[in-house]
This record gives sequence, structure tokens and C-alpha cells, in this order.
Amino acid sequence: MDSHEMTRALTRIAHEILERNKGCHDVGLVGIRTGGVYLAQRLKHLIAQIEHTEVVLGELDITLYRDDLSIRKGQPVLKKTDIPFHLSDLKIILVDDVLFTGRTIRAAMDGLMDLGRPAEIQLAVLIDRGHRQLPIRANYVGKNIPTAKEENIRVFLEELGEEDRVAKLINAGSPA
Amino acid sequence: MSFKRKDLLGVAVLSPEEMALILEAAEPFKEVSGREIKKVPALRGKTVVNLFFEPSTRTRTSFELAAKRLSADVVNFSPSSSSVVKGETLLDTARNIEFMQADILVLRHSSAGAAEILAKNSRLSVINAGDGWHEHPTQALSDLLTIKEKKGQVRGLRVAIVGDLAHSRVARSNIHALTKMGASVRAVGPPTMIPLFLQRLGVEVFHDFDKAIAGVDVVIMLRLQLERQGRSLFPSIREYARLYGLTAERVQRADKDVLVMHPGPVNRGVEIAHDVVDSGSAVILDQVSNGVAVRMGLMYLLSQRN
Repeated sequence: MDSHEMTRALTRIAHEILERNKGCHDVGLVGIRTGGVYLAQRLKHLIAQIEHTEVVLGELDITLYRDDLSIRKGQPVLKKTDIPFHLSDLKIILVDDVLFTGRTIRAAMDGLMDLGRPAEIQLAVLIDRGHRQLPIRANYVGKNIPTAKEENIRVFLEELGEEDRVAKLINAGSPA
Repeated sequence: MSFKRKDLLGVAVLSPEEMALILEAAEPFKEVSGREIKKVPALRGKTVVNLFFEPSTRTRTSFELAAKRLSADVVNFSPSSSSVVKGETLLDTARNIEFMQADILVLRHSSAGAAEILAKNSRLSVINAGDGWHEHPTQALSDLLTIKEKKGQVRGLRVAIVGDLAHSRVARSNIHALTKMGASVRAVGPPTMIPLFLQRLGVEVFHDFDKAIAGVDVVIMLRLQLERQGRSLFPSIREYARLYGLTAERVQRADKDVLVMHPGPVNRGVEIAHDVVDSGSAVILDQVSNGVAVRMGLMYLLSQRN
């Protein structure tokens, strides 16, 4: 996926969010650190362009909710959760870069529930690479990329000093 | 960099990088304590035992809240109601706690080095919550966090620590923490309360509070241990308060943005005047909030050490 394809996919997702929620007056975006935060910011801008409305935006760190916290090696770096609005009664769109096992999303939903009672939680991801280990499905998908388990998907973003693109890597890095 | 230690026994052994790591880990937990549901599942299934051989409400409560907000199970042991009165040794008590499969032991004890002995002889992660006149590392780390938040950085600050430095583990831990982070420290008090070895720690000693406070960025007042009166450290509380109490006039001599700190409990009108405790310069309650966050960050790091 190159930068044009990425922009088109995000633009389509922005339209789909507006269509499904009949506008965005009761919608809030929450990006999952780190990649999801930048994608959520881009969706916010796209929605503002289309609908001329600013939706609220938050950032969620799921480290403390991971289900492998007590068994994995090394210390995951803690970052701050920053959700500067009340979740209750809003339709929250969780945004992440890659949907894989579904465990991150499970952790993110638990994290959100501790912060309030959203009216609904929806999920938007740039890439769905399959291999779910939990019954979780995205409402908005930029692109489905079938992968083997030992392959890895990396999303490079301008905000992180790279050219926008998605690459399939083999045996590189730890799974997302 | 990750935190490799099994225990936190004192600030003296920590590197500046390790201290920065603990402060960084504390940061996200401030947000957790501000939530309506003040709980995250990070230490679910872990057991934290508070073993306090000296009276303490604030520190014990702070550790207890920190552990509970991380979803750990917490048990409080106090010597009056435990087998200690039946003659069990400290080490045996700790061994028993270890074999109940606890994970973290928080110890306060009147003997310097007590935490270290337990740390060396058990698999538990031991956190020193005050050992004799030796160290009280989590207090110093909370103070560092408070100073860092209010002043931006610790390096280059002038800090006065005032009171009975000879019998203060808070002062000792703070001196180590502040000098390692690049602050210059002034020790202030009557000669009976300033031990000679302090100069070796790179501290400037003053017996005249008015001189010492000139231009400082932070004043840390120590609690006057009233129970020590009559052991000829000072003639009378009134004289002590006059010479070493922090009054509004003395605050005027410090930098205009001075921070006034106190580890608590405060003796109002003795080491610190009423109006100073309640003034905008005082960050005593920020120290308390940051104490919970630092203890959460620390327990998180210790539990992630495998």
C-alpha cells in the first residue's frame, strides 16, 4: 500500500463513519498508541473537511490492560492515556493501524470501559491481516492483507518520519 | 533501558537513569488516579504485603492505595497483631510471607538495613518504606517528581533541607536523589542536628536559616520530631521555631517562585508557620498525590522485571 492508497482508504473510512453514524454529532475518535493515534488524527481532519464538524479525539495506551503483561519478557514502555472528554453516551470509534489477533482491541475495550460507558464502540483499522484469536471484527477496514503467521505487517507513517506505506516483512520484529 | 532491580532499598544505589525511569513510569499513573474508576489491571493476581514495624498512616495508606489501584491484593501486617510479639524473627516473618506466594514486600523498620537483609534472603521484591535513619527512597522519588513537574527540571536548582538532618531518612534519601540529579543542596539546622558526614555527600552546611534560604528554589522542611525533645538536641520548641521555623518573612528571602515542601505530618507553627502551609508556594499536597503515582510506577516496574 502506498501513500495514495492510504489516503484513499482513510477517506473512504471517514465517509463510512459519517454514513453509518448519520453524521458525527455523537461520535468520538480514540486512537490506540502509537500508530492508531496518528490515523485517528487524520480521520478527524478528513471528517472535518467532509462534514465541517470537529469530532473529539483521544489517545489510549493499552499497556496496563495487556493479557500478557505478567508473562512476556521485558518491560513494555508505559505511555499516557489522554481522553479529554466524557465517553459516556458517545459512539466511540477505536482506531488502530493493524488488526491481528484481536488482543489489543480486547485490551482497548476494557480500558475504555474503565473510563466511562460509551453508547457504542466501533472499530476502524487501516489493515486487517487475519489470524484472530478472539471473536473481534472491525467495522471499517482500509485493506485486507492476507498474511502467514510468521510474516509481519508494518505501517510506516509520515508522522513518524517515514514515507506513508504499508509493508509486509518476513520474520522481522515481534508481532503487533 | 529497563529497570532490572528486584528491590528498591535506597536512592544511594540508584543511577540517575534509573531514577528517571521510575519517574517516567509514575507519569501515566497520575491520570489513572484522576479517573472516576481508579483502577487498572496491571498487577492482577499479584500480592503486596505491607509490613510496618513503625507507626505510619500516610506512607502505608499510600502504598496500599497504589497497590489496590493496580489491582493487586494487599495484606497489611502490623507487629502488634502478628507473631512478632510471640518472638518470631524478622527474617522468619518474611520467609513465611514469601511462602504464602506474595510478590512484593513493603517494609518499614526502625533498624537501618532491615530491608536489605530481607531482600538478600528472599525471592520477594522488597521496597524500603523507611529503615531507621537510613533511607526512605519512595519519599525522595515523589519529591523529585514534584520538583520536576513544578520547575521543569532538577538540574541547577538550589535546594535547602531544614531541620533534624541527623535523624532523618527522608533528608538522606533526598540529598542522594537531588545531588545525583544535579541540584545543589544546603543542609540547615542547629549543629546538634547536622551530622559531620553530610559534607562528604556534597552538601553545604548552614546554621543560620536566614542566610541559607537566600535565593533558593526549593525549601524542604523536615518534621521536628517532638518526641526527641528533652534529648538535648534543642533547648525548647519555641527557640527552635524562632531559629529554624519557616515563616512568611523567611519565604520572602527565597526565590520568588520558591517551592515549599514537607514530607508530613506537619507540625503547624513549629517548623512551618500556618500561613506558609496554606500559601501558594506550598506543594505539600502535590507531594502526597505524587507519592501514590511514584509507588504505582515502582510496583509496575518491579512486577515487570522477569
